[in-house]
Amino acid sequence: MQFTKKDILDIDSLDQKEISIILDTAESMKEISQRPVKKVPTLRGKTIILFFQEPSTRTKLSFDTAAKRLSADSLSISKSSSSIVKGETLIDTARNLEAMNPDIIVLRHPSSGAPHLISRQVNCSVINAGDGIHAHPSQALLDMMSVKEKKGKIKDLKIAIIGDIAHSRVARSDITGFNKMGASVFVHAPWTMIPKGIEKLGCTVAPSIETCIDEADIIMMLRIQKERQGNILFPTEREYALRFGLDKRRMELAKKDVTIMHPGPMNRGVEISSDVADGNHSMILEQVTNGVALRMALFYLLSGGSRNADSN
Amino acid sequence: MQIRIKGARVLDPGNIDDKKDIIVKDGMIEAVVDPEYSESADDCRVVHADKMIIVPGLIDIHVHLREPGYEYKETVATGLKAAAKGGFTSVCSMPNTKPVNDNAQTTKFIINRAVEAGFSRVYPTGAITSGSRGESLAEIYEMKQAGIVAVTDDGRPLENAILMRRALEYCRDLEMPIFIHAEDLSLVNGGSMNESEFSTFYGIKGIPNAAESVMVVRDIALAELTDAQIHFCHISTRESVEAIRQAKKRGVKVTCETAPHYFTLTDEDVKDYNTNFKMNPPLRSEKDRKAIIQGLQDGTIDLIASDHAPHSSVEKDVEFDMAAFGIVGLETSLALSLKLVQDNSLSMEELVTKMSKNPAKRIGINNDIKPGKTADLTVIDPEISYKINPEKFESKSMNTPFADFSVKGDVFLTMVNGKIVYQKSGV
Repeated sequence: MQFTKKDILDIDSLDQKEISIILDTAESMKEISQRPVKKVPTLRGKTIILFFQEPSTRTKLSFDTAAKRLSADSLSISKSSSSIVKGETLIDTARNLEAMNPDIIVLRHPSSGAPHLISRQVNCSVINAGDGIHAHPSQALLDMMSVKEKKGKIKDLKIAIIGDIAHSRVARSDITGFNKMGASVFVHAPWTMIPKGIEKLGCTVAPSIETCIDEADIIMMLRIQKERQGNILFPTEREYALRFGLDKRRMELAKKDVTIMHPGPMNRGVEISSDVADGNHSMILEQVTNGVALRMALFYLLSGGSRNADSN
Repeated sequence: MQIRIKGARVLDPGNIDDKKDIIVKDGMIEAVVDPEYSESADDCRVVHADKMIIVPGLIDIHVHLREPGYEYKETVATGLKAAAKGGFTSVCSMPNTKPVNDNAQTTKFIINRAVEAGFSRVYPTGAITSGSRGESLAEIYEMKQAGIVAVTDDGRPLENAILMRRALEYCRDLEMPIFIHAEDLSLVNGGSMNESEFSTFYGIKGIPNAAESVMVVRDIALAELTDAQIHFCHISTRESVEAIRQAKKRGVKVTCETAPHYFTLTDEDVKDYNTNFKMNPPLRSEKDRKAIIQGLQDGTIDLIASDHAPHSSVEKDVEFDMAAFGIVGLETSLALSLKLVQDNSLSMEELVTKMSKNPAKRIGINNDIKPGKTADLTVIDPEISYKINPEKFESKSMNTPFADFSVKGDVFLTMVNGKIVYQKSGV
């Protein structure tokens, strides 16, 4: 089975088989990062541009590390250093980048659909590293990889996602992805953060945090964005923590073998208490580790990895 | 020179619906005669229009001509040429140009440009408030003397309720209708498509129906308070239709328009972040689309206007949330509206009422097909089927969601002031 996609734009455009190939490839990539010399020559001579128009530490570093472990040359540009501040359009910037013959452009952008727009304009591969409130496919894939690693499967698991669903691209991609792989997804948040028609993505809105946590195999807490507070989504962080935060008290309702996830960055004491974040159910840091392997897999597959492997 | 349009069905609702020839001379309708009537001048030019329908010139009361200030999107000349091709003998230009048409000088400039262009007529609208900034009233009386037929701050709502009240009161004895762009910006909250499962799916911030209807309800209340006449632009939601229906029952002096895209497309058609499907108000749900058609049928919605909003690729070939709102409509409006006749939602007579007679009434002109009246006529070929091709637009802009859309019915000829300003080539 070959992987023939040109771009990774969102989870919706990947089918179950493609997701499985990505997860399997990522699993095999993980070992490279555990070697004393963490580098293979696989993508030597390939050029990857990291084009981040929104602040990011973890995701950018993860893509960059992944590129370097595969010996690709990675270059990064950000909004402040690009001509975007001089008024250049996204399409023009993308065409200019393409003129330098990169193999892959990794784009993070505040507008939903921005990677889709440039993927129609350039011949190289495009990976969406987060677009607006739409999609964050590499995050969802690393989440699926982490769950599969921990639980041995994804199918038939109960996944609870709690937090700002409305403004979260991670939530959208996770709901779509876990649903595609056969899990049941439940979401919960104040109604100010539940977007219209979210069920159509493949989830159930749980009536209370208790029913959401209860029986969940995975509880994923989403970051509450402090900068959105002006938007009157909830009264105070204190009240949010009281009503929707995951703490020791609520953990008593959860299954004994529950796994806690968070895409980061966390607000300790708001959506998640420190004892839960650092407790033995948490696999938050493993998500980060898996993120590198998963992104290595994406680079490898988009560079024709499976085709090369077949011909060897 | 005499022109005789021969062999067509003449349809002027409430006046005439019969096979007649129309003889035109010196800008006037000279006679409406039986086809057998053989007398005509020696230099008479005969236009054969068998199987065509002649209607009083169509009028589009909601058009952005963009000049002055945005000539790269459209000019008065290109916009009016597009109007002629679309079958519109007259259009109302919106005042959100640069500078804003909030003064008599700009009004006169637009009218002069239209006369120079020599295609369809323009009836400018002026701003309600100075600069359409929503702070103080513009000089409406002087603009009226210069030729405006209505005032509107279209493109943005008049958010300040007391200022809207004063505008309604001030315009009452000027008999100047106010065209209202009903939108609550706090509810729009940066959205760029209808709020629904589709906005959730695409991660595009949504605009709820209530962003329109709360302002419709407010301004109906203000019209009742002041006994003024109001007209709602581009109605898109079922709640607005219902509010206007009830207001009309109570005797409020309210009229409203919708645009062809609101009864043709829904938010489900917004795909691939295609910015040609982005307009304000946005494409709504199927329920809303049906309510719009019902509103047209029962007379709640008085007329169809295109909200022709040309934009260049600079505004449209960008990220969806950054793209300008609006689509062109002059050259697709009639064909899309004829679909309502083809699927028996409206009779041809009702459609002509919504695209010609009611718009004329709304801006205070009489366009009856009668001897002695100005010869502003549209001749429609109702049978021809084709696909919409934006490359062939006369408009400077091609931002339409209807590229390759299959339609039936086209303009055969447009006559303004007795002059043929458009005739379909190859016929």
